[in-house]
Amino acid sequence: MPNSHPFPSGPLARYLLQIADDQLIMGHRNSEWTGLGPILEEDIAFSSVAQDQVGHALAFYEYLQAECGAGDPDQTAFNRPENQMLCNGLVEQPIGDYAFSLVRHWCYDHAVRLRYESLSGIPNQTLQSIAVKLRGEVKYHTFHADTWMKSLLEGSEESRFRMLAAIKEVWPLALGMFESWVGEEDWLVELAGSGQGWYPGEAALRLQWQEQAFRSLQTWGVDVEKLGLEKMDPVLGGRQGYHTVHLAPLLEEMTAVFRLDPQAEW
Amino acid sequence: MPILSLDPRVNRLQAEQVSAEQGPVLAPGDHWPSYQVFHQRRRGEKHSSVGIVHAPSSEMAMALAKEQYGRRGETSNLWVVCSADVLEMDYADEDVFRTTPSKSYRDPAGYKVNDKIDAYKAKNQG
Repeated sequence: MPNSHPFPSGPLARYLLQIADDQLIMGHRNSEWTGLGPILEEDIAFSSVAQDQVGHALAFYEYLQAECGAGDPDQTAFNRPENQMLCNGLVEQPIGDYAFSLVRHWCYDHAVRLRYESLSGIPNQTLQSIAVKLRGEVKYHTFHADTWMKSLLEGSEESRFRMLAAIKEVWPLALGMFESWVGEEDWLVELAGSGQGWYPGEAALRLQWQEQAFRSLQTWGVDVEKLGLEKMDPVLGGRQGYHTVHLAPLLEEMTAVFRLDPQAEW
Repeated sequence: MPILSLDPRVNRLQAEQVSAEQGPVLAPGDHWPSYQVFHQRRRGEKHSSVGIVHAPSSEMAMALAKEQYGRRGETSNLWVVCSADVLEMDYADEDVFRTTPSKSYRDPAGYKVNDKIDAYKAKNQG
């Protein structure tokens, strides 16, 4: 596949590209539930969340084009080889059963919430207003996810058992969302030097995320220690372009129409 | 268990083991109640009934109602109310309203005052 788009440079552009790639792949994955959701109302709600996520990816690809020298959003989204995609392993996983998809949705959107909260403090008006605008949608995503988590963890024996199994399966992948990335350390020094504290770095985001997640799980009666979540190791690689086996087939399917004519006007 | 329906709730009822007279026994959660959804376009305006969602709790009803009824157009607020909590009149009592349309004196348009207004204007113009 020819790589015809310019890769945006600089740590901010790279960080935004990671967020955008996560959203694109997460949205694509979640859209696989459309028409198959457990009940009609939930099918519509979950499909709408997926649509939002693809929209968020577009918002950042557009910013990267306008301000960071990236190519056209369609090219950035659909015309990059796998090893240039910067999404994490969690979003790449197949949808599994609904318990898996819900736990992933819950873990993922709470992490996105933290990233947008942080990004809304950036001294850059365009990005600030993007973050503030998208934050409202993510507020609904986390409300939707929290409601399902509570409902099923406090539901029947079967629903609780299946949710606990899904939490254990998702956790190492979810920790991988906070993989440290090339240039992050230098950037943190640079930001601190210019008095910018809006981006705390991946390790700090991970701590914040995990602390909040554990607190919620405990209110829903989950024994976090017994599940062994604290001792789990993250699945890494995505931020360096090393992906799980599930990304390649997804890209193949997602870009199939685009590749028929990469220069087509849509 | 054979798959009888694409709806897992139908399969869980194990209808083939149930006699036709008795009907299936519903466990809590097998059949979700409906919630009435009320939509408010802008702050200060009234909430209007827009339809229902099925949900196991009012929180879930709200989570689902947001996308069913708040995803297009302007929305400022939503209410959800369990349909079972709504007190409804019996249609057998619909006759209490039967004579209402003929009570035109209760309608401001039922009063013919234009003649008097015109007479008053004519008198005061001259």
